[in-house]
Amino acid sequence: MTPRTLFAKLWDAHVVHRFPEGPALLYVDLHLVHEVTSPQAFAGLRQARRRVRRPELTVATVDHNVPTGDRALPIEDPVSARQLDALAVNAREFGVELFDLHSASQGIVHVIGPELGLTQPGMIIVCGDSHTSTHGAFGALAVGIGTSEVEHVLATQCLVWSEPRTMEASLSGAPGPGVTAKDLILALIGAIGTAGAAGHVIEYAGDAIRALSMEERMTVCNMSIEAGARAGMIAPDDTTFAYLAGRPRAPRGAAWDRAVAGWRGLQSDPGATYDRRVTLDAARVPPQVTWGTSPGMVSGVTGAVPDPADFPTDDERRAVSRALEYMDLAPGTPLAGLPIDRVFLGSCTNGRIEDLRAAARVVRGRRVASGVRAMVVPGSQQVRAQAEREGLDRVFREAGFEWRNAGCSMCLGMNADTLKAGERCASTSNRNFEGRQGRGGRTHLMSPPMAAAAAVAGRLVDVREWAS
Amino acid sequence: MGLVIEPFVRHSGAVAALPRADVDTDQIIPKQFLKRVERTGFGPALFYDWRFRPDGSVNPGFELNRPEAKGATILLAGANFGCGSSREHAVWALAEYGFRAILAPSFADIFYANCCQNGVLAVRLSSEEIAELLRRHAAAGGVYRLSIDLAEQRVEDGAGFAAAFAIEAYRREMLLHGLDEIGRTLLVEERIAAYEKGREKGNGKGETW
Repeated sequence: MTPRTLFAKLWDAHVVHRFPEGPALLYVDLHLVHEVTSPQAFAGLRQARRRVRRPELTVATVDHNVPTGDRALPIEDPVSARQLDALAVNAREFGVELFDLHSASQGIVHVIGPELGLTQPGMIIVCGDSHTSTHGAFGALAVGIGTSEVEHVLATQCLVWSEPRTMEASLSGAPGPGVTAKDLILALIGAIGTAGAAGHVIEYAGDAIRALSMEERMTVCNMSIEAGARAGMIAPDDTTFAYLAGRPRAPRGAAWDRAVAGWRGLQSDPGATYDRRVTLDAARVPPQVTWGTSPGMVSGVTGAVPDPADFPTDDERRAVSRALEYMDLAPGTPLAGLPIDRVFLGSCTNGRIEDLRAAARVVRGRRVASGVRAMVVPGSQQVRAQAEREGLDRVFREAGFEWRNAGCSMCLGMNADTLKAGERCASTSNRNFEGRQGRGGRTHLMSPPMAAAAAVAGRLVDVREWAS
Repeated sequence: MGLVIEPFVRHSGAVAALPRADVDTDQIIPKQFLKRVERTGFGPALFYDWRFRPDGSVNPGFELNRPEAKGATILLAGANFGCGSSREHAVWALAEYGFRAILAPSFADIFYANCCQNGVLAVRLSSEEIAELLRRHAAAGGVYRLSIDLAEQRVEDGAGFAAAFAIEAYRREMLLHGLDEIGRTLLVEERIAAYEKGREKGNGKGETW
């Protein structure tokens, strides 16, 4: 038999029908739903008098627009409240399980799926959110979809998808001290560009990937979409199984053993071919910082703001000039030393317990620089509770960080957590687009330890010089 | 979905140009407008932070605010258009504003799929062809029209420019007939049921890969 990639194995196993005009109809194992991209889909079902085909494979939570302050208070923004109410009504009417604001399991959809054990190897997982690629860390094929597709999956439990191309991203070598999974994926995006993997599904491989924890793998897969790929995936291994074992929704007992035995076959066969291969030497990657308005506009922290004149095409020169104007940066300015106003620790990229631990190690016994407002927004209420059990909340609070409740928060600024015009932010999130964190706000993406160090220093610093 | 999708067969209209690469969906429809629970009402918020100054006044420097761009139904754009967030609100906003087609060297995958779901034609042309169209648009002082024929898979300006474009047969059919994808899938509903049945039978045995 022809050697197959991990992607091809998952694809083949989920084909329900091949349309003669091109795409396949694929069966969806898990459909995650949130308040922002689902109301129109449920309204469509209602209008067409359709039901949710497999409510038991559908799980909803609230994350994008929820306030992260005191949960005992009513929601101030009536429009946000209306969207949350709509999801509650829809979940009830269509029989979908909902983790709402009062649930101890509420959190960012891409954080709670894995922590509840809903996310499992071999699944096709969809969600009306581009960072669904996160779940690929478990050897699942996980893709972000639009609202019409959400409605389609609700009604049919299937997704129409034209077979994408495959890319293998092979990462080798041991990252240096102070270098995290976030730095690896930012460096890869910098190397291949924000459309570098468009039309492809990325499989991350190599010893540098094997050495990562599950949470680090999620950070890598999460940002696949920032390289243009709708999905990124990593073959499951003992690290994956150890993470999943005992999770509330993971199989148990004999079913667990059978599942693991099957999952072990979920890897690309030797000799399987990809449409494209790229490599990255992880040992040579320094901590990364973005300087522009796209995640591909990134450099090592030891670097400087580039000169538009150094770029080869007119389009790039225009884009870089525009980005530097928005970011209020002059060519040649060293990135280390850039003063900041705000720090955001959180998001589906870096809002997990290991991220908070790594940041807390930098912060412990230190103070947030005067004039800097820094916040920690755990990715889920469970992450928050775990951090509190470990005393991390005290470390952050004593240093002057705000300790908040779970949600997407300032990653996209749909709630009250936003930058003001002109504010410069060290952020552990995934997008530095113009206005993403607030109109006129200036976002520098980086790892949790780098953002934590920036909070203390009041400026961007090389965390490697902050050995604690 | 109960939503009536206007078929796209051929369309002639005025062109607006936005010659920037990597225009993300956060720019197309900023997040503060994503709280609506309807599919409508997004047109006025299209490119909000670019169209309007912080005080709410019109930004005359923005391409779509040029007098010649008024009433445009075809958008000429840069590479990787629609990257970032999966928000379909971006397509709803473009459609409600009046755009029926977007021409670019490349589109982000999710955005491209979302266009098709809403009767908006996303046309991929080569970078050279887009550059030529931008030149012609500029040379005409921004008063420039194009005709797009989806049945023939052709774009032309009636003044010497003509280009063919490729589109997957499935999407072409959907757009030509304004098809509802759910209805189309439910025509093969027995396949879904058979797949589910096959899984139930295999249940408990563990999947082999």
